[in-house]
Amino acid sequence: MAEFLQFLFSGLTVGAIYALVAIGFTLIYNASDVVNFAQGEFVMLGGMTTVFLGYAGVPLPFAAVAAVAVATAVGLALYRFAIETAREANAVTLIIITIGASIFLRGAAEIVFDKRFHSLPQLFGSDPIRIGGATILPQSVVVLAGALIIMVSLWAFIDRTLFGRAVIATSANRVAARLVGIDTRIIVGACFALSAAIGAIAGVLITPITLTSYNAGTLLALKGFAAVMLGGIGSAVGAVVGGILLGLFEAFAAGYVSASYKDAVAFLVILVVLFAMPQGLFGKATIERV
Amino acid sequence: MSVLARLGRFRPLLRHRLISLVPISAVILVLPLLFSSAYYYRVAALVFIFAIAAIGLNLLMGFAGQVSLGHAGFMGIGAYAVAIGPIHLGIPPLLSFVLGAILSALIAFVVGRPILRLKGHYLAVATLGFGVLLAIVFTNEANWTGGPDGMTVRQAALLNWPLRGAETWYWTLALSFLIGAALALNLVDSPTGRALRAIHNSEIAARVLGVDVAQKKLMIFVVSAVYASVAGSFFALLNGYITPDVSGFLRSIELVAMVVLGGMGSVTGSLVGATVLVILPQALTSFHDYEHMALGLIVMSVMIFLRGGIVPSLAGVFGGRRS
Repeated sequence: MAEFLQFLFSGLTVGAIYALVAIGFTLIYNASDVVNFAQGEFVMLGGMTTVFLGYAGVPLPFAAVAAVAVATAVGLALYRFAIETAREANAVTLIIITIGASIFLRGAAEIVFDKRFHSLPQLFGSDPIRIGGATILPQSVVVLAGALIIMVSLWAFIDRTLFGRAVIATSANRVAARLVGIDTRIIVGACFALSAAIGAIAGVLITPITLTSYNAGTLLALKGFAAVMLGGIGSAVGAVVGGILLGLFEAFAAGYVSASYKDAVAFLVILVVLFAMPQGLFGKATIERV
Repeated sequence: MSVLARLGRFRPLLRHRLISLVPISAVILVLPLLFSSAYYYRVAALVFIFAIAAIGLNLLMGFAGQVSLGHAGFMGIGAYAVAIGPIHLGIPPLLSFVLGAILSALIAFVVGRPILRLKGHYLAVATLGFGVLLAIVFTNEANWTGGPDGMTVRQAALLNWPLRGAETWYWTLALSFLIGAALALNLVDSPTGRALRAIHNSEIAARVLGVDVAQKKLMIFVVSAVYASVAGSFFALLNGYITPDVSGFLRSIELVAMVVLGGMGSVTGSLVGATVLVILPQALTSFHDYEHMALGLIVMSVMIFLRGGIVPSLAGVFGGRRS
């Protein structure tokens, strides 16, 4: 039982991060139909920038805010210079462009930062909390709470503000949105910025637990995408549920099956979902127009 | 239409297609005159290896219109076949080479059917996931593959003629490349090739015309997997050492970039794409740290500005038409 709880806690923690990456994916996908494989790089940028500003003597809270700002700027640049320039390209070409962006950002991080692993101090110390024979780090609670706050505020923002309404309109039908006077370019750009910011916050939150390095982003992006597929592409609820489930799958697979194949779980999930239920858990079945 | 008229229509086309190999062969023959050291032979050998893999992927992407972001996985199978066969199983290198290609074909055949049912970004992601899974297996099965550190590859010999020395490799790979290119060109001009192009233009129209779309796609996927596997085996034998990087995500993306950069659907283009992407990092060795940044920039700019590819664009300029 203690073992089970232990895996549950670690699965939930990692799952919360996957869920945040998946939310970022979904935001961009809904607004622009772009599957953004550079999503994981935002997480890496958030963590790494905070770490290195911290080394430079900037107090960590300011460093974290600056890191989120940096990632947001990168997200906007990605939209403005890569995605918008290639607007008329097909889905696969756009995917490869974002993969190129991800390789580029990784290469840039390798030079600007370094190739080593880095960590951040935990917010409330590192004394584990004991629950039913298992332990949970205070930082895990911070991650879960942070993820929850982000999700709720994102929901409130999208559902309760005029700007959010415009995002919904844009994702429903871009042409119609433009016709009623919404500048869809600003909306899509804002979605890239927002999703980069969410990724960067996730990076700051998780770095004390999992460490970070210049190449941490690629695998996170792929796993975030696996979460999206599992939940059903385009569904925000699906992204959250998919992320948490994937985290749990991974934790239990690592605990009960084989730790070295932990990373394979996400890809097995992608393949199984695609072969068996392409619409995922919460997605709408797509009807092909002929 | 009579048989004669049909022949009359397609013969010039066929001649025209294979004739593109004549200037390439001439360049291959003359190039060594410019080579001042073994290093040049080695780089050229690498170009041929990646050109073989790119041709295979081009058959899939350029002709059948199906993307694969996991093709390096098949390179990995070929590479580890010639590494593991002789060392762990006592199978001679050349037989391992062939067995690797057969294994790649079998795996492609099994996973191809469900994967190729998918379209657009689902297809991209499924192939990507498949490639990464293979790389994870190569990394984790350390007893067989040496894990992330890789393993040495025993030298191969054709009969009593050992494959070693940069010059030997240059000629062997040049010949293999030409054979691969000729086979690909023939395939393109066969009924299968025409069916594939029909699928690329419109799957539904192709189906209406009686093309077994699923079977043709699967066939070309298997063929392209064999090309990748052969390239992977050569790569392992040339280097004498192999790590899971050969099957990694970055390699797969590099292969796609070669195909698109050179030109989708152009066999000559695959050679051009491979040349650019193999030589560029060599030319940038003094800026080794910038390699990833450069690759990322190349991939992005190719996809944004050069989607037509170098060779078809040039052919359009000089031939007054888009090929």
